[in-house]
Amino acid sequence: MSQDRFALPARLLHWLMAVLILAMLLIGAGMVSTTTARYPALLAWHRPLGLAILVLALVRLAVRLTHRPPPLPADLPAIQVAAAKGSHILLYALMIAMPLIGWAMQSAGGYPIVLWKGVALFPILPHAVQLYGWLRLLHGLLAYAFFLLILGHLGAALFHALIRRDGVFRSMAG
Amino acid sequence: MPVPTRDLPRYALILAILGIVVLAFAWAAGFLSPARIGGGTIADALEGANGKVFPGFRRAHAKGLCVTGRFEANGAGSEISRAALFPKGVVPVIGRFSTGGGNPAATDGRNVFHALGLRFALPDGEEWRMAIDHTPIFIVSNPADFLALQRASVPDPATGKPDPERMKAFAAAHPETQAFLDYMKTAPLPASFANGTYYSINAFRFIDAQGRSRLVRWQFEPEAPFAALDKATLDKRPKDFLFHDLLARVKQGPLRWHMVVVLANPGDRSDNATVRWTGSHRTIDVGTLVLDHAATEVAGNCRDYNYDPLILPRGVAASDDPILAARSAAYSASFRRRAIEGPHPDAITTAGGAR
Repeated sequence: MSQDRFALPARLLHWLMAVLILAMLLIGAGMVSTTTARYPALLAWHRPLGLAILVLALVRLAVRLTHRPPPLPADLPAIQVAAAKGSHILLYALMIAMPLIGWAMQSAGGYPIVLWKGVALFPILPHAVQLYGWLRLLHGLLAYAFFLLILGHLGAALFHALIRRDGVFRSMAG
Repeated sequence: MPVPTRDLPRYALILAILGIVVLAFAWAAGFLSPARIGGGTIADALEGANGKVFPGFRRAHAKGLCVTGRFEANGAGSEISRAALFPKGVVPVIGRFSTGGGNPAATDGRNVFHALGLRFALPDGEEWRMAIDHTPIFIVSNPADFLALQRASVPDPATGKPDPERMKAFAAAHPETQAFLDYMKTAPLPASFANGTYYSINAFRFIDAQGRSRLVRWQFEPEAPFAALDKATLDKRPKDFLFHDLLARVKQGPLRWHMVVVLANPGDRSDNATVRWTGSHRTIDVGTLVLDHAATEVAGNCRDYNYDPLILPRGVAASDDPILAARSAAYSASFRRRAIEGPHPDAITTAGGAR
């Protein structure tokens, strides 16, 4: 039982963060596409959600390091094992890096990092406008990379669930 | 590896689920709505109207000058807003005077639209930023019209100037734009950055300590006596006369403006920056802006801020004016672009600096 499933906190964090991260990617893509009142409204959600994802990602990393995940099926081809492990490392890296880059770039841009009206985060970089420019570009490019990685993750999960039917999907969903 | 026929519907289901996620993202990002206007769309149109990209400079209001000073609040504003700017006290200010247009080396005589960006550093990391202009009205009422106006202003490659017929056609179809152009032509305009009144342009909401919300506009009224720009001699004025005038005036002593809040009457439009609030209004003088230092962009520290009018503290919120969100989104796009290009020295510095 405990060996073929992720631990309960890991499963809860996974599904909560799946919703938050997908929402975050849609909010980010949406806000830069518009000049209507949706622009400031989405921007106001983007910052506190980003911080929430950062905190949850750090908790999740701790859970991951203290709980052994269920083993992959013994008959899984080596290339798929490598893809699974590599993509999971990249997903963790992006979950933690994206909010940090967002926070760092707003700091470098000289912006107040407003979580909600009256509550601002401290800057983590000095005001340096060209650094802002590079970090802002990186934030956007990595968002697209994150989205593609999530698509691949979802595709692989569905492949395990519907084609291989090998228990990998159930280890997170069940 | 051949796919067993019985698995085909399952593969189709996987592709359908992935397709739905891709479609959701494409919908959110506007890929399915080519007519959607983003901040980048407006920055593109400004670059088009400028005739070229001036790397490192704002896509509008490219020519600027830095100022610093303070805001001395008299306490009167606390009646209508809980903003930390208003209790009696002093708040540090960074500002940037600018002329309109995207050419950072423009001739001041040809560029009589003045603006002021302000950044008020409030306690506890809060900020209030403003981008205020010396006209009480804006040139268009919504982002789509702003875009169309910029596109009508694209210089004709043959003459290097906008096609006057296209501008005429735009103004004929937009009486509010004609009213703005008439104002610029007929109203007395300030002869200096220092003696102009700067208006909030858009309506905002003030929220008081009890949570009551009021529609307001505000203006910064100079203590320096108004003197009108002589529009007949503009072509003979030195290229940077406005900027050197301000640098010289600040050396003689601090410049002061009173922040006067105008409370909306019932029926005043809050959603249209081209419509003035006429007639008698209650106003409150909430304090004095004191600018006591001026420097070029290179020597000062104002250039690398984005004077986004939606960076607002508690006690202040946006109105339903559609220009406001568009300004915020477009300024952000302009800031992104010029940031990565890296700052370039301003025209005053290039021409030998402050005199």
